[in-house]
Amino acid sequence: MSDLVCKDLSMTFTAPGSGAMVEALKNINFTLKQGELLSVLGPSGCGKTTLLNMVAGFLNPTSGQLALGGKNIDGPGVERGMVFQQGALFEWLTVSKNVDFGLRMKNMPAAERKELVNKWLDIVGLAGFGDTPTYQLSGGMQQRVALARCLVNDPDLILMDEPLGALDALTREKMQSLILELWKETGKTIIIITHSVEEALLLGQRLFVMAPRPGRIHKEYQLDFAEEGLTRSLRDIKQKTDFAKVREEILTMIWNMEEEIMGGV
Amino acid sequence: MFDWMSYHRADIAAVLIFVFVVTLLWSIYHGVKVSRLRDKEQVFGDPERTSGGWYWAVCGIATIMLLWFYYSWGMARAYFPRAANELCQVAKVNEALSPIVAQLPIGSRYFKSTDLVVRNMEQLDEVEASFPNGAFTAAEEKQIYAIIAQTRALIGVYSNPSSIDAATRSNLQIVVGDIQQLTSRIQAGPEGLQPTAEALAQAPWGVGNEEIPMLPMTPRGVMFDGISQDVVGISKTFLTLRNMPAEASRLIDLTRADIANVKENINNNVTSEDIAETRNSYLKSVERIFKRLDDGMIFPANTLDEVNDAVAVMIEEMDDAKGSLGIIDAIFMPGQGVLKTRTICIEQGSSRWLPKPTDVVAKLSVLANPNLEEGGGFKGTRLLWFKWLPVADVVGFFVPDGMVDILPGSYGKHDDAGRFVPTYKDRLLAFAKGEVYLGSIPMLDGHIWDSLFRVLVAMFFGILLGVPLGIYMGVSRFFKSFFDPMIELYRPVPPLAWAPLILTIFGIQDDGKIFLLFMVAFAIMVISARTGASGTQLSKIRASHSLGASNRQILRHVILPNALPEILTGVRIAIGVCWGTLVAAEMLAGTTGVGFIENVARTVSDYELIWVTILIMGLLGLLFDIIMRKLISILIPWRGKG
Ligand SMILES: Nc1ncnc2c1ncn2[C@@H]1O[C@H](COP(=O)(O)OP(=O)(O)OP(=O)(O)O)[C@@H](O)[C@H]1O
Ligand SMILES: [Mg+2]
Repeated sequence: MSDLVCKDLSMTFTAPGSGAMVEALKNINFTLKQGELLSVLGPSGCGKTTLLNMVAGFLNPTSGQLALGGKNIDGPGVERGMVFQQGALFEWLTVSKNVDFGLRMKNMPAAERKELVNKWLDIVGLAGFGDTPTYQLSGGMQQRVALARCLVNDPDLILMDEPLGALDALTREKMQSLILELWKETGKTIIIITHSVEEALLLGQRLFVMAPRPGRIHKEYQLDFAEEGLTRSLRDIKQKTDFAKVREEILTMIWNMEEEIMGGV
Repeated sequence: MFDWMSYHRADIAAVLIFVFVVTLLWSIYHGVKVSRLRDKEQVFGDPERTSGGWYWAVCGIATIMLLWFYYSWGMARAYFPRAANELCQVAKVNEALSPIVAQLPIGSRYFKSTDLVVRNMEQLDEVEASFPNGAFTAAEEKQIYAIIAQTRALIGVYSNPSSIDAATRSNLQIVVGDIQQLTSRIQAGPEGLQPTAEALAQAPWGVGNEEIPMLPMTPRGVMFDGISQDVVGISKTFLTLRNMPAEASRLIDLTRADIANVKENINNNVTSEDIAETRNSYLKSVERIFKRLDDGMIFPANTLDEVNDAVAVMIEEMDDAKGSLGIIDAIFMPGQGVLKTRTICIEQGSSRWLPKPTDVVAKLSVLANPNLEEGGGFKGTRLLWFKWLPVADVVGFFVPDGMVDILPGSYGKHDDAGRFVPTYKDRLLAFAKGEVYLGSIPMLDGHIWDSLFRVLVAMFFGILLGVPLGIYMGVSRFFKSFFDPMIELYRPVPPLAWAPLILTIFGIQDDGKIFLLFMVAFAIMVISARTGASGTQLSKIRASHSLGASNRQILRHVILPNALPEILTGVRIAIGVCWGTLVAAEMLAGTTGVGFIENVARTVSDYELIWVTILIMGLLGLLFDIIMRKLISILIPWRGKG
């Protein structure tokens, strides 16, 4: 089983210039089982991106351990796919060339590549757009390409840093459904960072609310809105009273944190 | 066809000017109309306001062409093709008159005699006041003061109207009479005069070897030409006239003897070198004034009045006789107009250094003619053509002879009969040396190609070496820090400052210039590739790491394409800078290339040729830029959209 285990994880940055130490993360502990869907929420600067970058292998923790499937994480790897806020697509390539980038780097034969690419473009709803240059796509379509590019590599763990942050409300809702569908169909472990409390509730089987200074997990929720979302419309779920209750609770929590930051300075 | 066009260049210009005028008026009309109908929403300052407007571009081009035609006297030649020839005849008269006019207050304020009297009197006073006390003995001093006094007296004698001799008086009368006679001939007009067949056969203005045809081609011209020939005679007579009365001769002889006397003893009584110097130079300054006065060229104040009046009337009559010519001269020939020098008539004005557009085109077509025997090309090299290049030469250049040496076996020996027996190695060697005929390929040739070739080869190596280095400098601390000082030390030096050194080391032919340009291109390519590489978004790099790409794959598939816009912009800039540097380098040294042509043109003041080269360079530079811009929009359509 490839579980993600995070033990006593700490990260301290030295701010350039002043040399001040920033405790971006302190003593983070959690275990994410395979197939779990985790959403992470928190005020700006609480270390969400830092955590994700360490899991992806882009940053080395100051102390503590991170392991996926019993293997220590040491640098980026294909088993951990990442989706960035702005897609980070290669604008000089077409959609299908973007999607099969990882496969080409592995020197997979062209025929196999084509089959996989078509399959995934179909899944994310971009069939027929294979030869379009990516700079001609809308923001939502670009994020679909980024998803497909990540999934075609068949990673065990998918990391998403505010993947829907730049999208309009309608597109965002469609993409949320898509992510839930993908989660169900592939059974992948997914960590998704978001600024939206609703999105965190909808897409989180587990939900971490993080707090800043030092960055830590403030509270953890176990939710079943994500499971529900597979069968019901997301808008219906948002109307439910228990959904509204949790939402208000978390909003208040974050609001207080922000107050503390403002007052603290 | 070409000869016909060359001969009728004035007519072609006339049509062109007409077209440009019509175009100018139409474009202004159209432009104003379109501006009136402009969208009200496009407020002042809205960038949309500048879009479109090709008719203003047309208007601008027409304006430039018309200004060019005007200041090069192209309009004058197009619409008044005979004017220059006629004005040349007038210029002949003016030239012939100039010795007489020089004596008169025509075109100046005073009679020349008055000027001479005033100036020499002033200088005599000055010399007298600055007499060096102690340098001369009392006797010498007395003598020198006498010389000065006699010189003054001489001016007095010249200026006295009663002392002028009868012969001179009557000769002046003859001159006046001759001038008046010419004047009445001018008044009578050119009736009955006809240009000779020889004159009519002359090449038109600007076509033949002479800038302006010399022989008169119109009746009016014939008249002026005839007048000028007579004026030459009158001027000759006038120049022989001297005001030398007996008293003046006596004073001159006396003074001359006195000066000789003092001079004889100039080296006696000398106590030091300084004194010797003072004595010598003072006597010289006295003698200098005297020598300007001993030729009898000063006349009494009123003696030349009649000559002055006669010449003034004649010039007035000439202006009348010129008629419309004067207006053409004033309006269409900016500058001094047509001038006659010793042997030819020239255009004296802006057209001296600004050749007419049609002449530039004609010059260009002469240069562009690939037939060297017919006088095409420049200095034995064509402008741009092709030649047959033996393939063997190319092979011989690229395949090193040493490669054959490495092969097994041995070279041939001579046999018992003394004959050479070649082996396969000998045959391969001949091949490597380029001695085996392998057919020929067409290859570009000529001055323009030589210039292009230098830029292209330099750019090729600049890109080949500069881009990889720049990319590595954008991603590697070692490469960045190791090479940065070297490049930053040589790059800020203006390329031409390197030229003397580089041309000495690598030779003034292709090698040196190519290396110089390579240095330019290399630095630009390194910097642009480096900027492009280091500007890659971190998220793209991270994404490709997560997608399993190796470092090399990231370089090739992510960083290089990401840097491509910068690299191509670098190429565009580098080509421009190389082109500029090259022309300057070719002007420094060498025997081919566009810059070489301009350098030769400069030394012989051939302005047509200078403008032709400027035109060639400008057009080629523009061509490069257009190609690069097209290339950029084709190769990187995603530019600015990442
Ligand atoms: N490279 C770095 N050098 C120094 N400090 C850093 C660096 N990266 C992040 N930090 C600091 O670490 C803290 C956490 O940053 P992080 O980007 O993880 O926050 P975040 O939760 O993702 O915020 P946001 O929601 O705004 O994206 C911040 O205070 C930030 O200033
Ligand atoms: Mg963040």
